[in-house]
Amino acid sequence: MRLEALNNGYKFGTKLLFRIIKIFSGYPLPDAAKLIFYRPDYYGDSAKLFTQRAMRGPSSWSIADRELMAAYISKLNACTFCINAHSAVAAAAYGEQTKVDQALTHLETAPISAELLATLSLLSKLTREDAVNADDIRQVIASGVSAEQIEDALAVCFTFNVTNRLADAFGFHVPSNDAIKASAKYLLKRGYA
Amino acid sequence: MKKYQQFYQRLIDNVLTGKGASTVQQRRAAFNNADLQPPLNTLINKVAHEAYKITDNDIVLAKAAGCSDDQLFELIICAAAGQASRQYESALAALAEAIKDGGQYAS
Repeated sequence: MRLEALNNGYKFGTKLLFRIIKIFSGYPLPDAAKLIFYRPDYYGDSAKLFTQRAMRGPSSWSIADRELMAAYISKLNACTFCINAHSAVAAAAYGEQTKVDQALTHLETAPISAELLATLSLLSKLTREDAVNADDIRQVIASGVSAEQIEDALAVCFTFNVTNRLADAFGFHVPSNDAIKASAKYLLKRGYA
Repeated sequence: MKKYQQFYQRLIDNVLTGKGASTVQQRRAAFNNADLQPPLNTLINKVAHEAYKITDNDIVLAKAAGCSDDQLFELIICAAAGQASRQYESALAALAEAIKDGGQYAS
């Protein structure tokens, strides 16, 4: 990462934990996870809580749908680290890669529900234009999405609009495909807590 | 529309006022992407609007201007959280407006 503190500025116990994780998983801890351990009182602890709530907390969106939202937002922000990481989690959660690939390349014709399509379109406008209005929301509701589902999707959108920016500003290393698959498996099983 | 309020507020409060190396004034400026001097203003504006274009040199310039790693860690996080929060709050306000009169859109 571009700040030396984020590469080496960890406490002894944290460094030891990083080594143990590497030994057991076969891969170094991804930079997104390392960041959470740097001065956790400042950002990591509260970011982790919010992310876990948005991605794994109570919601009528499936985990797969929420991971697809994360991958889609990352695509709009051109954040390679997060596109790769969350496409992999979404594909693992859906049990298929094609749906994810199609949603990221041709959203309008992708094999997803009308509700998810309308919601991703809203998140797209919000991410690209930094604002949406009540009519944009009414359109999504008219397609069958509940107000609570919109609120849930907005929480995912907030999390990834923060994380994408941090990944690119701090310069997260983009791991190999095998390492990404291993992390995806972990994130699916254990979440972000 | 308060499902995430507590978690959101805690995150924002921590990054703006938590213990750190930068002043609260600097953090607010980074969060609002306003009132910063060069070269920091360039870096912070990129974090807010085109983070994928940030280069090593943007960080080198900010460090050469006297920013420490911890200050940059905090100010970059504030800039990212600030832009995302403007989006989030715009959408939450639009959602509240869309459902305020009850009727078919009431949740």
